[in-house]
Amino acid sequence: MQTFTLAAMLLLLSSLAFRLGRGRALAVVGGEPRGLHSLPGYYGWWVALWCGLPAFAVLLSWLVLEPSVVRALVVSGLPAEMQALGPDRIDVLVNEVRNAALGHATTNPALAAAAEHYLRLSRIGFASVAVISVALALAGTALARARIEPALRARPRVERVVKVFLVASSTVAVFTTIGIVLSLLFEALRFFNMVSITDFLFGLSWSPQMSIRSDQTGSSGAFGMVPLFTGTMLISLISMVVALPLGLFSAVYMAEYAAPRFRAVAKPALEILAGIPTVVYGFFAVITVAPLIRGAGEALGLTVAAESALAAGFVLGITLIPLISSLSDDVITAVPQSLREGALGLGATRSETVRLVILPAALPGIVGGVLLAVSRAIGETMIVVMAAGLSAKLTFNPLEAVTTVTVQIVTLLVGDTEFDSPKTLAAFALGLMLFAITLGLNVVALHIVQKYREKYD
Amino acid sequence: MTDMAETTAVTRTAETVAARLGRRYAAEARFRAFGFAAVAISIGFLAILLGSIVAKGWSAFVQTQVLVEIAFDPQVIDPDGTRDPATLDTADYAALIRAALAARLAPDADRSTRRDLSGLISSGAANQVRAMVNADPSLIGTSRKVWLMASDKLDMVTKGQYDTALNERQLGWLTALRADGELRRTFNTTFLTAGDSREPEQAGIWGAMVGSFFSLLITLLVSFPLGVAAAVYLEEFAPTNRWTNLIEVNINNLAAVPSVVFGLLGLAMFLNVFHLPRSAPLVGGLVLALICLPTIIIAGRAALKSVPPSIRQAAAGLGASRLQIVAHHVLPLAMPGMLTGTILGMARALGETAPLLMIGMVAFIVDIPKSPLDPSAVLPVQVYLWAGSSERAFVEKTSGAIIVLLVFLVAMNLIAILMRKRFERRW
Amino acid sequence: MNALLPLGTIKVKAQGVNVHYGDKHALQSVDLDIRAGEVMALIGPSGCGKSTFLRCINRMNDLVDGARVTGSLTLDGEDIYDRAIDVVQLRARVGMVFQKPNPFPKSIYDNVAYGPRIHGLARDQAELDEIVMTSLEKAGLLAEVKDRLAESGTGLSGGQQQRLCIARAIAVSPEVILMDEPCSALDPIATAKVEELIDELHENFTIVIVTHSMQQAARVSQRTAFFHLGKLIEVGDTEQIFTNPQQPLTQGYITGRFG
Repeated sequence: MQTFTLAAMLLLLSSLAFRLGRGRALAVVGGEPRGLHSLPGYYGWWVALWCGLPAFAVLLSWLVLEPSVVRALVVSGLPAEMQALGPDRIDVLVNEVRNAALGHATTNPALAAAAEHYLRLSRIGFASVAVISVALALAGTALARARIEPALRARPRVERVVKVFLVASSTVAVFTTIGIVLSLLFEALRFFNMVSITDFLFGLSWSPQMSIRSDQTGSSGAFGMVPLFTGTMLISLISMVVALPLGLFSAVYMAEYAAPRFRAVAKPALEILAGIPTVVYGFFAVITVAPLIRGAGEALGLTVAAESALAAGFVLGITLIPLISSLSDDVITAVPQSLREGALGLGATRSETVRLVILPAALPGIVGGVLLAVSRAIGETMIVVMAAGLSAKLTFNPLEAVTTVTVQIVTLLVGDTEFDSPKTLAAFALGLMLFAITLGLNVVALHIVQKYREKYD
Repeated sequence: MTDMAETTAVTRTAETVAARLGRRYAAEARFRAFGFAAVAISIGFLAILLGSIVAKGWSAFVQTQVLVEIAFDPQVIDPDGTRDPATLDTADYAALIRAALAARLAPDADRSTRRDLSGLISSGAANQVRAMVNADPSLIGTSRKVWLMASDKLDMVTKGQYDTALNERQLGWLTALRADGELRRTFNTTFLTAGDSREPEQAGIWGAMVGSFFSLLITLLVSFPLGVAAAVYLEEFAPTNRWTNLIEVNINNLAAVPSVVFGLLGLAMFLNVFHLPRSAPLVGGLVLALICLPTIIIAGRAALKSVPPSIRQAAAGLGASRLQIVAHHVLPLAMPGMLTGTILGMARALGETAPLLMIGMVAFIVDIPKSPLDPSAVLPVQVYLWAGSSERAFVEKTSGAIIVLLVFLVAMNLIAILMRKRFERRW
Repeated sequence: MNALLPLGTIKVKAQGVNVHYGDKHALQSVDLDIRAGEVMALIGPSGCGKSTFLRCINRMNDLVDGARVTGSLTLDGEDIYDRAIDVVQLRARVGMVFQKPNPFPKSIYDNVAYGPRIHGLARDQAELDEIVMTSLEKAGLLAEVKDRLAESGTGLSGGQQQRLCIARAIAVSPEVILMDEPCSALDPIATAKVEELIDELHENFTIVIVTHSMQQAARVSQRTAFFHLGKLIEVGDTEQIFTNPQQPLTQGYITGRFG
């Protein structure tokens, strides 16, 4: 709240600086704007930037650093026997201190003192940041205002700042990727220090639960990802069996047969299918589809697990229909009309045109779309978390329960996490695998689609 | 090639074609039917999905209440007669309700009967009575008929969802209450105004809605300016070289990275490196912003591309700088498209669940968050939490929460569609 | 039976043909006879309706939303727009070559074999091979491609592609071949080859060709029809149209006063 007030104040100061700068620029040339290099407004912006930028930079860096700095100071102020605890216990303590500082009572006098300390520190910290940033704002304003003269190239200077902002924004996506890769790699490497990478990649057994108690020696758990991988593949395969024919035939019908009015209704309906959150599909799978499949299986005399791969894969497939359909629709529509006319002009029927000319021509694009869908299926989380099981069984029977990479990532990280146990770090190793596989699929898919587009553009 | 040979070939064409026509048209009809069936089945799935959710969830917005004549016994509430607020606040109001129910339904109730009696009324009803007394202490010593919140079991039985939730004796009382008109159904305001609760009948989604609002606010504040700026740079300023090419490939690939991986990033970066608070909408919003960013950039670039170059040339011809061209002409024209893309990105973020599980937004949180730094749930996570609950009554609540979530999504999409229609411009 | 008709018999007869695209009246009561075994050139400025008329003859206009054709158009006396006429069969009898070469992204062989295959014209592989070879031969392409029949048709040069499309059309043994500005996307040398081909083909097929170039009309056709603003202005022997047009509009176009 106080941060918000400070930010609002700095904004107000900047807008005052803008008026000041513009007024000053006009005054310098005696109210005759033609004498200035740039429009008076740019002088205003220039002064406003001098006022706001350094001040906001200070505020922002404080916001980023505050939790770490204050935490370090609080921890160093704790009694020695508390500091001797492991990092995870300290995490808990720091949380308790925070809670105490927020007004929740604590029974531990040391923590109460620490909370007091914590409050004082953050108050002092914030006060100094407030003073520094306001001082910087005022100083910047004064400095910039003094430098205003008719020859000052205000517009290029302001534009340069804006451009720097634009360039910086465009790199955020790159830094996100780097952040993903680094955080996954870093934690995964810690994991591979505890569990050998070959055991992880080729092990046939997955039971991370055994390692839950770190004092148990000799039971480091089993971290072979093969069962997870086959489970993921099984569910993805089932989903593609559902989604591919339905999506592709829908696309063909929409692109080649449907009247414009039918399209106008059916296309948005499919888009709605794509827009429904996956957590809803997960619930649907658990509450409606799984019992149905189970009932049907029992009627046929089959044993179906409550959390069968079939139910999860089926519902996952439904969510992929719109993706396949819209991507295929795009590539089918992109097939030049002249090919259609060529086939029809020879006396081919619509379906002969589609099967023998259009689909072969659109094939690369469709393959690209299917790869994207497979990548989506592998990375999909909520449906499988809710509808697929936790048992890491090495099976290809769709009626049994299997688990997937994403299910395990979520299971390993939800709840109390100790950041030193292989159990938690395994999630990052799995995440790294998931990232690598989906990235590979995406790169190939996007490349194929790109090539396809170039061909017909 | 003689004329005769040519003649026979031509004659054969017409005849052969005619001979095969029937079969070819049958294949045509079959193919077409497959296509139509595929669309129909897909839309059928949508109908079944929505139908089953609405069928299960509409009753979450309805709540059963029981009319109970409560005697505000001074002996129980305030034996000393001091009317001290602290005393009033801690009195055993549940006992009052039990006594009232016993008086009405089973005057000579033993212990097990009493337990059955309390099973009819929500444990939250005591708070309702407490609030009445706190608001008006003069009630003490009088008696009054009050509509109290029914327990989830009674609620489910009256809605016909789970007939064996109550035992025989309770069902008998239910019939008696119903016969005397002492049972009613009202709109469930609790569901829309309360936070989470272990008791299904007291659980609400307001906390999750506020959490979603804070998260999306952060997401919007972070991703919209960054996304627009990145789109403008890449589309209007960036030279075509390896670096911008890399950025472009990177953005396209980032858009297809599984969202759970972003959750891992949030956990490792925002929580473990920067020590931002766990379970807070601030962190959730930041993670969602990173997820939305590629979508917004791609939509933004498409919008910028659709502005014809002639406009840029016209402005440049008048001596405007490139930044002025963009700020005065291109950006305003592209803004509707950018906003549409942003709203769609926000809608996607509203439904996103998996990455939020990674950063601890799955905790059981009763309090309504007051700022983006307070621990909180969001709507889809609430759905996930309730879906995993073993209490049967949460099925209805889950579906109800899904309905609310879908209403928001539909609203956002409608706004986007309307905006596209309203500002659609053909060059 | 059709080819038995003596030269000069009326193959396609149009009487009062009107075409509307939505509100637009694209073709206004056109009367035109096309005789068996002749090359009929349709000329006129762009947007005059000549392509529209061409596309009526094998009902390619069916593909355009909101297109409406009225009047009578017959092929060997049968009404082309009669309900009893099957459009697939019609197009097998009336083939078409398009403005831009549009080979399918398949092998050269498969391109030519496509029509015979869908219509079931060959009883076995040998017969299909023969149809493909004969068609390529007739299209004057065989010598150039006989060693690479399995290569993609899209890899050929523009002129070869267009001759491939002609081979594809004649492989079905149609009675009439419609050509919609077949040389507009080709260079002069390729154009010359295609024109030569048209000249050879008219011994066996009736050909209707839309062209932008008056020289081309003069070179390949026996008769010429001049369209202007959706109306048929004048039709006659090519030589007469170019040397002694009866209508002032035709004269204006021929002499290059507009176009």
